[in-house]
Amino acid sequence: MLVDATATAQYRLFERTNISAKTMSFAPLSSEPRSQVDDPSSLVMRFGADEPLMMDAGVALAPWQIAYQTYGTLNADRSNAVLICHALTGDQHVANDNPVTGKPGWWLTMVGPGRPVDTNRFFVICANVIGGCMGTTGPASINPATGQPYALDFPVVTVRDMVRAQAALIDRLGIESLFCVVGGSMGGMQVLQWAVSYPDRVFSALPIAAAARHSAQNIAFHEVGRQAVMADPEWRGGRYLTEGTRPSKGLAVARMGAHITYLSEMALHRKFGRNFQDRVAPTFSFDADFQIESYLRYQGISFVERFDANSYLYVTRAMDYFDIAAELGGSLAKAFKGSATRFCVISFTSDWLFPTSDSRAIVHALNAAAASVAFVEVESDKGHDAFLLEEPEMFAAAAGFIDAAARVRGIA
Amino acid sequence: MTFATLPATDLETGHRLDFLLVADMVEPGSRVLDVGCGDGSLLAILRDGKGVDGRGIEISREGVNACLAKGLPVIQGDADTDLADYPDDAFDYVILSQTIQATRQPRVVLEHLLRIGRRAIVSFPNFGHWRVRIDLGLRGRMPVTENMPYSWYDTPNIHFCTIRDFVELCREVGAQMEKAVALNAGGHPMRVTLPWWVWNLLGDQGVFLLKRR
Repeated sequence: MLVDATATAQYRLFERTNISAKTMSFAPLSSEPRSQVDDPSSLVMRFGADEPLMMDAGVALAPWQIAYQTYGTLNADRSNAVLICHALTGDQHVANDNPVTGKPGWWLTMVGPGRPVDTNRFFVICANVIGGCMGTTGPASINPATGQPYALDFPVVTVRDMVRAQAALIDRLGIESLFCVVGGSMGGMQVLQWAVSYPDRVFSALPIAAAARHSAQNIAFHEVGRQAVMADPEWRGGRYLTEGTRPSKGLAVARMGAHITYLSEMALHRKFGRNFQDRVAPTFSFDADFQIESYLRYQGISFVERFDANSYLYVTRAMDYFDIAAELGGSLAKAFKGSATRFCVISFTSDWLFPTSDSRAIVHALNAAAASVAFVEVESDKGHDAFLLEEPEMFAAAAGFIDAAARVRGIA
Repeated sequence: MTFATLPATDLETGHRLDFLLVADMVEPGSRVLDVGCGDGSLLAILRDGKGVDGRGIEISREGVNACLAKGLPVIQGDADTDLADYPDDAFDYVILSQTIQATRQPRVVLEHLLRIGRRAIVSFPNFGHWRVRIDLGLRGRMPVTENMPYSWYDTPNIHFCTIRDFVELCREVGAQMEKAVALNAGGHPMRVTLPWWVWNLLGDQGVFLLKRR
């Protein structure tokens, strides 16, 4: 996840260490990411052997846990709860400093006091997805049957499993219906899944830079990333945690490739162009001569310090499998039929990973289903990552939609 | 040559008179699609005054954001390209208010309106109005008026028509006129009994309630 100005500053800082040699080198991993897996520094809801998570893979997962954060206060009517769904490599720390990276929350522009998702008015919940590595049960969690991390014994996860897990959490919190479900990218997929799986529990839905199904091109990019991880000899068939190795190179390459897809040609040109990194001429070697090269290396190296390689395989797979209309004969409109949820769909002009045409397909289906839907295409040159960045048009649309829905819901 | 610069409004409510006239044609509690809904003023009148379940299409982002702030479900889109995606009979009324002259294919748009809605309501500036005829016929200039405030080189209005032209188009696409009203320059409906040629000369805008034949 790129946060414009800060990321550029961080990468300059990083440049003082050796990042421009031919190959990337990785620092020893701190114990922090590992400890977050089983004992996260956030709230955790634990489900025992008698409360399994029924997964699409046909597995009843038990015991399991879901790590989450909350902000603001639930009102007496329990009508002001907002669920934020995070993207592929995000986590529950949407609006507080991240315990692993020390960086600010990943969506402070959208969530907080006076923000579109106003924590002074709403009770905001954000949970780590099932299959993740920040405290919700995933492949890095200990398998109680073996006492070892699950690794590839963990069942393959779907977006619907993620939403089922969240629904179990919402049940436990005593919330019957969510005022709004909000998310970008894979978070937007979860928003759509919520609206389809639990239409009566979603008053309003705000999917941003999302799609009702993952495209062939996007599956292709994910497959390249997964193969990079699995090609790293330190991956050890997924058993790297048990064997004390770490597929850092593979995961970093996966992240580098994926990161390109989150940007746009225009954004890359504007930020880096063909500029050299701390040199005035090419070195006639395979060192990172260009700024864009060292920037991507920084992204790759910093990613492996906070993310589990097997989690990356599982969560990318969940996105690949996402096709909300598949079980309804491909009719997206049928999926939304009879929905009373108020929808607002937002896309970005330069997003080629989840292009506007994907959002329009959602809008057309909602129209065909006679659902209440608004749609805005925000002009931006920042690509898919725009949803995480400073985009005043997106905030204006989101705030207008949420405020109007809150009036209808009678939230002060 | 510029006439009044603001659309005529109702003194009590501040609502535009042409909007109130359109709203009058809509049955309470019906489903309405407003194509080219601008800032959502008409949809808000319909929702608040008639309990209408209203939707909108608007090409400008500013307009869509204004609609969102009013709590109106409006889609950023283009009448020329996006109407094709709507199913048949999806709405009781489809409204095209002061927009048909800005579409690339007015006939196709009108056919979509009649397909998507059980009824269509179309309002447009009358290019046959006497002031327009004076500008063109005597002054030899393209007219710039209250309802057509742009110069020829920057106008979004690329398909002007007169009331008589529109009546002819309705006949060609097989639309039945249930109501036809001409508004004078003050925004007030003209006497119903007047012949077409008077409307076409004195009417500032035409407002038509149409039905598929």
